Amino acid sequence: MRDFSYVRADSIEAARKATALPGAMLLAGGTTLVDLAKCGVAQPETVVDITHLKGLDTISVDAGRATLGALAKMSHVADHAGIKSHFPAVSEALWQAASAQLRNMATVGGNLMQRTRCPYFRDPSNFSACNKREPGSGCSAIGGVTRGHAVLGTSQACIAMYPGDLATALVAFDATVHLGQRVLKVDDFFLLPGDTPEREHDIRAGEMITAIEIPGSAAARRSTYLKVRDRQSYEFAAASAAVGLELEADGRTIRDLRVALGGVATKPWRARAVEEALKGKVLDEDTVRKASGLAMEGAVDHGANHYKIELAPRVVARAILKLGETA
Amino acid sequence: MTDQTTSITIPIHLTINGRDHSLNVEPRVTLLDALRDRLDLTGTKKGCDHGQCGACTVHVDGERVLACLTLAAQVEGREITTIEGLAGADGTLDAVQAAFLEQDAFQCGYCTPGQIMSAVACIREGHAGSDDEIREYMAGNLCRCGAYPNIVAAVRQAALEVAS
Repeated sequence: MRDFSYVRADSIEAARKATALPGAMLLAGGTTLVDLAKCGVAQPETVVDITHLKGLDTISVDAGRATLGALAKMSHVADHAGIKSHFPAVSEALWQAASAQLRNMATVGGNLMQRTRCPYFRDPSNFSACNKREPGSGCSAIGGVTRGHAVLGTSQACIAMYPGDLATALVAFDATVHLGQRVLKVDDFFLLPGDTPEREHDIRAGEMITAIEIPGSAAARRSTYLKVRDRQSYEFAAASAAVGLELEADGRTIRDLRVALGGVATKPWRARAVEEALKGKVLDEDTVRKASGLAMEGAVDHGANHYKIELAPRVVARAILKLGETA
Repeated sequence: MTDQTTSITIPIHLTINGRDHSLNVEPRVTLLDALRDRLDLTGTKKGCDHGQCGACTVHVDGERVLACLTLAAQVEGREITTIEGLAGADGTLDAVQAAFLEQDAFQCGYCTPGQIMSAVACIREGHAGSDDEIREYMAGNLCRCGAYPNIVAAVRQAALEVAS
């Protein structure tokens, strides 16, 4: 790991200003930054430690609306009683992510800045071509081993999969990210790779994530995060779904439905086509399975990741049907 | 205001197992390397050094974290506990340490300090209520010898003892 200078910020303003230092990067939990610095992918010249800032780690649920301070730990949010009752999908997405140790370190603000696990991106000494790391250098994944790569939202420049779980639940429930002056929908905060895969977030110089807000809803209260993976625990998703369901008073007609996918796309992926196809319909297995296929509209595989196109709709359907049974 | 240091090494003060230590480190030095190479606390093991294996698990302010992904400078002012700080002053083993011995919950022993630090926290968190829950919440600690059944038995035994 290349050495860097270390700055400990004692206020949000100081942290924002310090980001203007040459090659500055913010350090929160460190689970991505320190790891990628060891891989030679992140090469900060200045590390700005924001973990000593006070008051940025609060978690509150008021009138159903959740506000998560940027430095709230993943584990604390997952175990918070208000999050568990008003946003079960958020709690489940968090405790099924990473390991207990990583969840005690990683913050929810830092979680939104988590980088892809694309093995070519993470290995500069063996793979010099990576448009995300070195714009214009090419993509080693296309034509390489693609089992863990995205099938939705890809471009000619990049097929790296977005690996996170939390943000998948956040986009399903229209959460926003607070950046100081600007407030963005989490869905808009994440960028498609297009021709500029090196730019993953709509965040500008001098901005820092201070909070995440999740509006409450009946669908959020009756929600789940279903994560299917190669092993039972401590693994990234082969395909996952954050789903929220609200039924009419008859207990069988779908009033509101939220669906977002993880493990299959280049960013957290809201599946609005599935939602629209099912709203107003009576919840039954055939209807749900048929509509769930719409989640893969526009999917493009690169060989070994073809299985995701079949797997993801099954995950979506299973999650919706599971919620339907808990009436 | 920020407290900026541009020199090659920076002075830090760490509280480890109740003892204060002052040392100068490069900013890039991890807590793991500071423990092992500078403070002779070699009970904390370096496995993957990338946050994937759990061998370097220590407690910071009572919570289990990975020392390999924690910068030493970052944990100034926090309470750090390592495997060396677990037994009583008279050498009495922690309930988890004793349970690992009794259940033969290791083979080569390299992952064991991390397993034990993780298990102590797992029980304290209330995540050791069933074998399935123990497996889920101990998933961040890999054992290449495959002593998992005995590790689960040791955590289960220690959890019952701590509760009683």
